Amino acid sequence: MKKSTIPDPFEKARVESGHREMNDQNDPVSMILRHKDVRKSAHNWKTFQSGATPGRIVVPSEVNIRSLRQIPFEVDPPEHQSYRDLVEPWFKRPLEQSYQDKLAAIIQSELDKAIRKGTIEVVHEFSLPLQSRALTVLLNMPEDDAALWISWGTHVFRSEGDPLDGGKASGLTDYLDKKVEEVKKNPGTDLFSVLLASEINGRKLSDDEVKGVMMLTFAGGRDTVINFVTNTFAYLADHPESIERLRNEPEILETAIEELVRYFSPLTHMGRVVTQDTAVCEHAVKNDTRISLCWASANRDASVFENPNEVILDRKVNPHVSFGFGAHNCLGATHARTLMKILLTKLVESVKSMEILDCKENMENLDGLERKVGFHQIRIKLNPR
Amino acid sequence: MAKITFITRDNQTITVEGESGSVMALARQNGVKGIEGECGGVCSCATCHVHVQNGEFSRTGQQGTIEKDLLELNDHADETSRLCCQIRISDEIDGLVLRVAEKNSF
Repeated sequence: MKKSTIPDPFEKARVESGHREMNDQNDPVSMILRHKDVRKSAHNWKTFQSGATPGRIVVPSEVNIRSLRQIPFEVDPPEHQSYRDLVEPWFKRPLEQSYQDKLAAIIQSELDKAIRKGTIEVVHEFSLPLQSRALTVLLNMPEDDAALWISWGTHVFRSEGDPLDGGKASGLTDYLDKKVEEVKKNPGTDLFSVLLASEINGRKLSDDEVKGVMMLTFAGGRDTVINFVTNTFAYLADHPESIERLRNEPEILETAIEELVRYFSPLTHMGRVVTQDTAVCEHAVKNDTRISLCWASANRDASVFENPNEVILDRKVNPHVSFGFGAHNCLGATHARTLMKILLTKLVESVKSMEILDCKENMENLDGLERKVGFHQIRIKLNPR
Repeated sequence: MAKITFITRDNQTITVEGESGSVMALARQNGVKGIEGECGGVCSCATCHVHVQNGEFSRTGQQGTIEKDLLELNDHADETSRLCCQIRISDEIDGLVLRVAEKNSF
């Protein structure tokens, strides 16, 4: 097996029953595994809600480490729509040329640094700094602020060996509290300032609502982006022919990005709280229990994807759910896609091949089943063109 | 070569011309408002949803299976719906009029 391979641990359960039970801090979860069921359940926000106790729809549950509601993520329609309409234009800025120019400069400087070094540990020496520096563009904040965010590590609520790090969570809350006070005194053109000046349904956003949006932004696009970038390096190191192909056929770039994100599924699953006794794929689920929409499993469903365990860079029909599905689909997807498009373009321009020297896999524990989501560390040698 | 007319959500009419590729890509190149094509045309996101006007549905061909499954979960979909990333530009569709569908609010 190649080092970049991301196996599908759900196949047996998906084919046999379509669901899998897991315990999580005594709040069990029925993982929904089939593509059709995942999309239908994501669509059905009345029966499978997001607006439960803050942190409960995340697996592992964050109920014990935070009380702030992430917005619009943990709000259901119809209220959800007003929040989403408010923030969506801001999160579509990556489509603007000036945004892409800023992002391109950051990506180029990180790539130049990596090529100069020759050998890098991709997670900490490339993906994490790139993610944090790119976030300054998304939030329209000074580039210097990235240094602090980089110091938080690859996940704002998790550390290596501890999937729920309460100390880290309160660190982020303190940062958001401080930042909101700062920006109130000294407003600028960053997302904090824009939100603090915003109105929803004829009233100003509360401080907690502003912090809720910002917490989502810091938490949602962190390990996911880092895994996306790191896994892409690993894949290209194992497949030099793909480096050449992407260089020679830039027209398949967008399709290739969709295929990579399908294959990697950076977010394994996301939970919902059941609001009435019901059934998914003939499996009974009870009111006030949890299901999870397993994006990673749906993305390998052989009834939808031909050769689901292969990366086919020009896969033409690819209804993956890596950015979620339905009302709550990923707010940061435009940023992530734009970042990947610029990164891949520049990477294949400047690199001939890459070699994986050594690595330590990042396995997500799903109560009796493990899924590889990426790497804790991976050292790669870059061979420039 | 085909001329295609889009009617946007704010009732603006824009006619564009293309030779090959998908109708979604053509719309995006010409900045047709409301056609986002976020997934680049792989039938994953449904942000290129249009209604084929004037009963000319047969000229675009039927919805594909994957496309149909996606549209089934869209509140604004009807029998005239297509995801225009799945419509190829050809002489067959010259003169087609497409109305940009309402954004799916779920």
